[in-house]
Amino acid sequence: MPRLLVNYAHPGQRHSRVNKAMAKEAAAIEGITFIDLYAYYPRLMVDIDQEQQRLMEHDIIVFQFPLFWYSTPAMVKEWLDLVLEPGFAYGEGGDKLAGKSLLLALTAGSPQEAYSGSGYQGAELTDFLLPLRKTAEVCQMNFLSPYVLFDSLGTYQQSDANAHIKGYRILLNALHDELYDFEEAAKRDLILCDDIPLVRGVNA
Amino acid sequence: MTDLLVLSFVLLISGVIAVPLASRLGLGSVLGFLLAGVVIAPVLQALHVDVLSLQHFAEFGVVMMLFLVGLELEPQILWKMKLRLLGLGGLQVGLTTAVVMAAAMALGHPWSISLAVGLTLALSSTAIVLQTLNEKGLMKSDGGQSSFSVLLFQDIAVIPMLALLPLLALPELVDPFQNLAEETGHETDTAKRWFETLPGWLRATITAGAIAAVIGAGNFLTRPFFHFVSQARMRELFVATALMMIIGIALLMTFVGLSPALGTFLAGVVLANSEYRHELESNLAPFKGLLLGLFFITVGAGINFELLFGSFFSILGMTFGLIVIKVGILYALALIFKIDTLDRWLFSLGLAQAGEFGFVLLSFTVANAVIPKDLADQLLLVVALSMLLTPLLFIANERFILPRFQKGERREPDEIDSSGPIIIAGHGRFGGIVNRILRRAGHETVVLDNSSRHLEMLRTFGFKAFFGDPTRPELLHAAGIETAKALIIAIDDRRQAVELVHYVHQNHPHIHMVARALDRTHVYELYAAGCRDIVRETFDSGVRAGRYALEAMGMHPYTAQKMAEDFVIADRHNIAEMAPLYDPDIPFHLNKPYVEKARELRKEEDDSFIEGKAIYLNRVDRSWAPPSEADMRKTREQLSGGNTTTDSDQ
Repeated sequence: MPRLLVNYAHPGQRHSRVNKAMAKEAAAIEGITFIDLYAYYPRLMVDIDQEQQRLMEHDIIVFQFPLFWYSTPAMVKEWLDLVLEPGFAYGEGGDKLAGKSLLLALTAGSPQEAYSGSGYQGAELTDFLLPLRKTAEVCQMNFLSPYVLFDSLGTYQQSDANAHIKGYRILLNALHDELYDFEEAAKRDLILCDDIPLVRGVNA
Repeated sequence: MTDLLVLSFVLLISGVIAVPLASRLGLGSVLGFLLAGVVIAPVLQALHVDVLSLQHFAEFGVVMMLFLVGLELEPQILWKMKLRLLGLGGLQVGLTTAVVMAAAMALGHPWSISLAVGLTLALSSTAIVLQTLNEKGLMKSDGGQSSFSVLLFQDIAVIPMLALLPLLALPELVDPFQNLAEETGHETDTAKRWFETLPGWLRATITAGAIAAVIGAGNFLTRPFFHFVSQARMRELFVATALMMIIGIALLMTFVGLSPALGTFLAGVVLANSEYRHELESNLAPFKGLLLGLFFITVGAGINFELLFGSFFSILGMTFGLIVIKVGILYALALIFKIDTLDRWLFSLGLAQAGEFGFVLLSFTVANAVIPKDLADQLLLVVALSMLLTPLLFIANERFILPRFQKGERREPDEIDSSGPIIIAGHGRFGGIVNRILRRAGHETVVLDNSSRHLEMLRTFGFKAFFGDPTRPELLHAAGIETAKALIIAIDDRRQAVELVHYVHQNHPHIHMVARALDRTHVYELYAAGCRDIVRETFDSGVRAGRYALEAMGMHPYTAQKMAEDFVIADRHNIAEMAPLYDPDIPFHLNKPYVEKARELRKEEDDSFIEGKAIYLNRVDRSWAPPSEADMRKTREQLSGGNTTTDSDQ
């Protein structure tokens, strides 16, 4: 059974509409490790040894965060900068993460149609995520197709948000219970809540 | 009584006038004192002062100086010096003795007198050389360390010389009455004479025992004893203890026939690691300075001008001859022992004089019928003149020799002590934390505290800590305030802390000060005194406790952190606005600008709590607030067609 780690990062949780609820679902799942990074390191003093240890003890690493300015919140960047050391994550002898998987679970403020060459964001969402994809590649990790909620700042229906939150639980459970269809998932750029690829015969 | 006061006044005023003058002319304090002595010689004669016995008394300054030198020298360093001490020192004494002896024989003196003269003149002046080196800050240089090695060896060599010289006695000079008269007039007393009647093995045992006693007592007794004395919390008592200790050691050493200077030097080395080192140093330094000054004055005053002008050229010739011989031998040794090129001349010229031990040995040789009186009188002049010339040789080295070398070859860059010492004044709960954090970062710290209980604990854990009141300038000086990079002020007494800041700000403006404040008013006082890094001792911990309380109320830890940061920023802003307006001479309520600013800030704070406005003022609430739908629409329009709307400046 794969060991699952959810690193959740949201600095302004009192303003959160979706991420906070997603985090609550993730934290409630038994058998996976859930870390609220901003609660764990309120002064951003990342304990490198502890974080590396935690990475070694898990197979699938999930980063859950809202997309800020086309990037991660500062905490995630700080975490990446400090924890992914040479000799650990990459470089000479740096194969500790090889074969593990990285899954991004993020919320994007604009609607899906905005993220395309002709949309007002001018590029695919996956293009904006390129630095993270390359990071996983350098660390020899599998970069799983990100689980995304679009239009999180727009006039979305609460039912859409609820579906995304529920879908998050299904996704994490499927990863944990080995019911996730990795092959099918790899064919898609992004995973949305209404179309989570599960192993045949399992009903969402 | 009046005589004593007149004498003290004459001595003091001559020094007080001559030394600053000499310093201003770049001649150094030693030459100032020597010249003052020359000038007041007639006055002393008129007062019927026995210059020689005054000089004997003043020689105690040398004893103190060696104690202070010992304090600076940890045993390991002394051990490292052993090669230079024995090699350089031994060869200097041996070769100089031989050459001077040969010269004297060439002048027609018998070999025994020549040997005695050689031994006497081989010695240099510890007082002049060390004082000058210290004054010029050259003690730590290669030349300074080598000079010190030679001087230390000479101090040791005096002991066998005193034993050897009586064997050279000339039968025709022996006058039992004179001998006796000299001895009783000198520093021999009944106890010492009784000691000399003991069999050799017993004397040797007692001598070894005395040295062991000094080392043992220094190691094991001083700490509890000083601790005991410190409980009286009286500074004078410490001065008295230090003096008592030095005099006691000197007495013990004299009793067993060793040089008192050597004994106190040994005691100094033993105490070099002690927490009371700086306290001892600062208490004894003024005595040492005064006594040495007095000693130099007596050397100047002791010059017999009648005799000098009577045989001017022969004495001058002997003096220069001696200096040339000594310089030649020292320079050759400097080459052999590979002393730095730049320091070779400092070393050779610095030690080229005969020294205060010369005076002692000359009167001793006369008393023991080794050297005839008229020759000894001439030699006394040679010794004094060579001492008088020494400061000039130092100046010649600085003005004429050094510049030539510095032009010719690039001087190696001075080793910059990047970890210049940090002084921590007060090592209680607060200063202790600062010390730990600094030492973790590899910085050298010097801790000053006037609680011996704290210090004992620190010492147990291997920290460098010294006893003393950090607000005293002398102690700060002894701790190295001149070269210190930073001063941490963590003493309990609020008034003393302000005074310390004021003093350091006035006298050592280059030093970065970090001060602990007890409360807000104390912050203002410290600010007014010149400190800019001020930490309220309970502020940060209070903020932390507040943050924990917020977390306990269910607030997200990161939000609590931001709230705490926000509070700190606002509070420090207020205090920074108020501090420059505070005036220690005006009570708060009469200080108009202060009161007005306080009102203004109070209003600002109140306003930020008005509902609806707070969100714009409160940094925490603003953070990560999502954009509104209107914001999103505007952005979308802007991105999708450069549609610049006119309502953008709302």
